[in-house]
Amino acid sequence: MRSLILRTVAPLIVGLMVLFSIFVLLRGHNEPGGGFIGGLIAVAALSIYGIAFGVETVRRAIVFHPLSIAGAGLLLATLSGLLSMVFHVPFMTGLWVYPVILGEEVPLSSVMTFDIGVYLVVVGAVTSVALSLEERGED
Amino acid sequence: MEPVFALLTGIFLTIAIYLMMSKFIIRMLIGVAILGNAVNLLIFTSGRIMREVPPVIGPGLDVPAGPVANPLPQALILTAIVISFSFFAFLLVLSWRAYSTLGTDNTDEMRVAEPDDAPLPPLGY
Amino acid sequence: MAAVSSPPADLSAALVLQPVTALDWLVVLPVAWCIGIGAVLMMVRHRTFLQPLIAVAALGVLAGLDAALLWHVAQTGPVTMVMGRWLPPFGIAFTVDLMGALFALMAAVVALAGAVAAVTDINDSGRRYGFYPLLMLLMAGVSGAFLTGDVFNLYVWFEVLLISSFGLLVLGAEREQIDGAVKYGFLNLVATTLFLIATGYLYGIFGTLNMADIAAKAGPLRETAPLTTLIALFVFAFAMKAAAFPVNFWLPASYHTPRIVVSALFAGLLTKVGIYALIRVSVMLFPFERRELSLVIAVVGALTMITGALGALAQTDTRRLLGYLVISGIGSMLAGIALGGPGGIGGAVFYALHSMVVMTALYLAAGLAARFGGGFSLAALGGLYARHALFSALSLMLFFAVSGLPPFSGFWPKVMLVKAALDSGAWWLAAALLFTGFLTMIATGRLFLIAYWRPAGAPTLQVAVPATALLPLMALTAVSVLIGLFPETLLGLVQKAALTLDEPSAYLHSVFPAGSAP
Repeated sequence: MRSLILRTVAPLIVGLMVLFSIFVLLRGHNEPGGGFIGGLIAVAALSIYGIAFGVETVRRAIVFHPLSIAGAGLLLATLSGLLSMVFHVPFMTGLWVYPVILGEEVPLSSVMTFDIGVYLVVVGAVTSVALSLEERGED
Repeated sequence: MEPVFALLTGIFLTIAIYLMMSKFIIRMLIGVAILGNAVNLLIFTSGRIMREVPPVIGPGLDVPAGPVANPLPQALILTAIVISFSFFAFLLVLSWRAYSTLGTDNTDEMRVAEPDDAPLPPLGY
Repeated sequence: MAAVSSPPADLSAALVLQPVTALDWLVVLPVAWCIGIGAVLMMVRHRTFLQPLIAVAALGVLAGLDAALLWHVAQTGPVTMVMGRWLPPFGIAFTVDLMGALFALMAAVVALAGAVAAVTDINDSGRRYGFYPLLMLLMAGVSGAFLTGDVFNLYVWFEVLLISSFGLLVLGAEREQIDGAVKYGFLNLVATTLFLIATGYLYGIFGTLNMADIAAKAGPLRETAPLTTLIALFVFAFAMKAAAFPVNFWLPASYHTPRIVVSALFAGLLTKVGIYALIRVSVMLFPFERRELSLVIAVVGALTMITGALGALAQTDTRRLLGYLVISGIGSMLAGIALGGPGGIGGAVFYALHSMVVMTALYLAAGLAARFGGGFSLAALGGLYARHALFSALSLMLFFAVSGLPPFSGFWPKVMLVKAALDSGAWWLAAALLFTGFLTMIATGRLFLIAYWRPAGAPTLQVAVPATALLPLMALTAVSVLIGLFPETLLGLVQKAALTLDEPSAYLHSVFPAGSAP
């Protein structure tokens, strides 16, 4: 879409939306949010970017093929579940570590890596659909 | 509360089944979308309805204080919504492809895979 | 907030606290393995050379895992693992008994054969499209359905395998495929939605979705709750998935359209998942309701097998002929479910395992026949025997197997089913089973006569057959022959599986070691 307004505002909006999607993803453990909804927000951001600058720009911006991103997410989620094998607890048990980074205790968990996997799956799969639909709309 | 929802589910199901019995794919698609919602409503009603107490455990607590809404149907519905949404998206794209390659959305005229005038099998050796 | 601090909760009421052994991991590993490898294959979609290597090796490992699981289950009885440490019925449980392990192993063997055959059948563009990732995700869905111990989870795995099967079905995007996929898609969606409706009612009645919990609670609820209606819904939904007679028309409309390897995998795997779910729900969870519905199931089974065999007689296309034979086999399994008892249920399980191997092999054989003879139409095929004698011998063995003649794998389940039918006085069901075998023999004999013995119409060029095309066919035929010649092990296993289903106390104990659920 050749709109000067959209092109000027798009980078700002997209940056904010991606940031917000990551915020929602990380917030999701104990409050409303999570990988699925965060991923959808990120897809919305990429779609806006695609509408403003064309599908090719988006493909270059995300570097990897969308389905490869989805595959990486699926692998990450599976491995987070399998990690509990090392600790002799059942599949998908949440495992926590509390490292102190810069004097601040940061709780990290396999639940979070699973959620990041979900985020990537949603981003990859839905972006792939959205981009191919936009591509068809362009020509 | 439940009887109202049961009635609503029934109305949804009726509309969905009526639409799906059409021979035009576009109506069947709308029927499928409504059917998904009808089923979600059904699961929601099956889980007993409780208003305005979200199943969220307050800060500093191990168990919720007082009775809350049943969270399991909500989780089931969330799963079912995601699945039916992806199904609907697939069927939408498929129907669009079918319309553009076969040139019709009337299922009676979709006889490419099962032709009307298929030859008889060889009758003798 | 300090005023409302609650007492610390007792963790042992909600969590599994004892350590989990490596053997217990076999319960979830097949599914996790398939998903993980599927993800890796998705990431290397453009390395078309690498994909089949990874997929075949991974499916070999899957078969090994399933064989180990079967051995473990045969030794110790049903095994359970819960997700995320939450105790059932709150956590989702994966519970494997003998039937689930047998089905999972046979599915892995069939998928392995399919993946080898796909090396030549699926070209580079099909690989780039994602045949192998979809195959692995399909196997994740199939294995998950066989291994799970939770009704809603079963629904989720149904959807996983259904979505992957959509992707496989339209691989190539030809006009016939899109036509077939529309019918397959809509009707299967209706079937799974019916399953979900039944699951919703089940949850409304029981307040739980764990299979062991349901089996334990069904007894007291039988007096007050409309369980027969519920089971009728389940039976309808699963019969539609399995392509039983009045609701079978999606199968012959779509199974002949995709690539032949995809047809072979569908014929081997998909309808059997419906049969598995039907056995699991109707026999283990609600045995009394199954008995009440047994006449309906028996009539549906008899009609399915006879209409299937008659449909096979009327076809010109070899793939459609085989599609009707798939339906006919489903009828025999339904007859077993209707009869019940170790003979009937064991026969149904045995027949399903046999049908997985033989139907996949038959589709692969049809693909090879098309390669030799230049098509799937019976009018054009001819002279296959002169072209390749070994291939014709393999085909003939499969034709005998699917008709239920000794010494092949189809004979024993048919014996079990006919005996069970006669023992329970259902002579008409025994007659239907035998008559179906007779009709199937005519249909396949006619196929052999026309396509193999009839001299070729036009002289065709000699076609080179790569080893990867013939090898899976030989392997599957060998499995069929071995089962036919040495049936004792499998007979013992399926009868034990049927007994576990009939008397699920071991299954219940595996999920609730301390007694029944709160």
